Amino acid sequence: MNVAVCVKQIPDPAMNLTLDPSTHTLVREGKLILDDSDAYGVEMGLQLVEAAGGGDVVLVSMAPNSETSGLRTALAMGAASAVLVSDPALAGSDALGTAKVLAEAVKRVQPDLVLAATESTDGYTGTMPAQLAELLGWPSVTFAKHVEVAEGNVKVQRQTEDGYDEVTCPLPAVVTVTAGVVEPRYPSFKGIMAARSKKVDELSVADLGLEASQVGQAGARQEVLSVEAAEERTAGEVVLDEGDAHERVVAYLEQIKVL
Amino acid sequence: MDRILVVAEQRGGEPLGIVLELLTAARGFGATVEAVTWGEGSREAVETLGRYGASRVYAAGDLGASLPGPRVAAAIAALIEEGGPPDAILVGTTYDGRDIAGRLSARLDRPVLTNIVGLEASDGALVSEHAIFGGSQVLMARFTGEAPGIFVVRAKSFAAEPADGGSPEVVDVELPETGTSDGARIESRKLEDQSGPKLDDSAVVVSGGRGLGSAENYALIEELAKLLKGAAGASRAIVDAGWVPYSHQVGQTGKTVKPTVYIACGISGATQHMVGMKGAKNIIAINKDQDAPIFSIADLGVVGDVTKVLPKLIESIKARQ
Repeated sequence: MNVAVCVKQIPDPAMNLTLDPSTHTLVREGKLILDDSDAYGVEMGLQLVEAAGGGDVVLVSMAPNSETSGLRTALAMGAASAVLVSDPALAGSDALGTAKVLAEAVKRVQPDLVLAATESTDGYTGTMPAQLAELLGWPSVTFAKHVEVAEGNVKVQRQTEDGYDEVTCPLPAVVTVTAGVVEPRYPSFKGIMAARSKKVDELSVADLGLEASQVGQAGARQEVLSVEAAEERTAGEVVLDEGDAHERVVAYLEQIKVL
Repeated sequence: MDRILVVAEQRGGEPLGIVLELLTAARGFGATVEAVTWGEGSREAVETLGRYGASRVYAAGDLGASLPGPRVAAAIAALIEEGGPPDAILVGTTYDGRDIAGRLSARLDRPVLTNIVGLEASDGALVSEHAIFGGSQVLMARFTGEAPGIFVVRAKSFAAEPADGGSPEVVDVELPETGTSDGARIESRKLEDQSGPKLDDSAVVVSGGRGLGSAENYALIEELAKLLKGAAGASRAIVDAGWVPYSHQVGQTGKTVKPTVYIACGISGATQHMVGMKGAKNIIAINKDQDAPIFSIADLGVVGDVTKVLPKLIESIKARQ
């Protein structure tokens, strides 16, 4: 069984993220890392392929400047190869533009299953996987907290407001996994070494047969009007617990009439 | 603006809270408000949808075991093909809402704006408000292409208020067959224990995070929540760690809460968490790290070990009751 995993390479969320003052898009210069949320999909893919007794995990990604450092992390975990779409025309792409690009990349890989995170850490739109599934004409199951594959179907426990649904879905399909669905492995030294020579196919927008107007800022058909500092809440009283801080909490709850 | 379509998710004839919030907001823009609803109980939901401002309700039938995404999106696309595009489509940020919005976007080739926390009308179009970088900045955006733009709005962005609207016109609509995209089937539904008030609308929310030290200590959170007649919440960290089910998660990827008081216990205040709770009227934070970001937004901060402070707090509240 072959699994394609959508992975996003993002600016390190631990660093200060900034918006470009003219385009209002996230500054994506400099080194990018594998989105933590995608490590779960990569791990899930590896486990499903192992359970099926054969096949490959192939990464599909879209990133500026031929960036591969995040891909190398996922390749070091055990993914076999990657398809990377990188093109200046993609700058400013929205979720739908991204889905159009990834749909074309997925068609080249022809996997049995596409895995993605429920949302990225930097953009957190959360609609790309459903857009991708619709463009492919495939079924999708979002918010999976447990995934297994048997007899041409994927069986998923899908998170709901008050529990979960057991969902069965024929392959090929798109499934999004929540954080915590599996414990992502750490790349081994051997894995890191092997990742250096794994194949990364780089494609442009034209290679995919898409028009530049369908993607990037032009395809997004939306604009940012303003970005301003939010009205901040300010810090109130801070007390150091010396064994009696609970009394202050009780007094506060009384003051706001909760007690 | 002439016409706004609200995607109206309902359960057992009761529209979700977010749907009533969206209807209230939509009628505030002076537009004709329409709603599309589906599934078992959709006919029972009609009256409530009307009371909150929908003058016409498109009611689609039961989906059987299908997930709503593909077929509800197809039904909305068919409505637009027949009756022309509304000026905007409003969808709530729910599991099914995001599926429907995504599929509809691809089907209509129209973009989506998500994680919206406010809407205003300007020059005959909607401008959306987004809280970014953990809510430290406010971004305003709008669509520049052909209507309809699809707006996916977070719960609690507006207050829901009924209007004096009469009964809406009801139009029965078909749920089109969509072939392979509609392959997923719900085999069974599992309900997790949901005793006590719901996180979404409880006046008191007590949440726990990593600072609790262990899954067992979450019992302190549940006990305090129960004493205060509130709901128990959690940070993403302990949900990911498997200490508590996802249904307790507060934050960007979880629930948005706006209680009278939010008590954050052993939660450092990652931006992803703060987005979901900074709308609380009062915030109390207990954390042993005095530099934890949560203290920057807390009205009362206690620097201390939650596993020591909580038992004493529980005892003194018990002693009062």
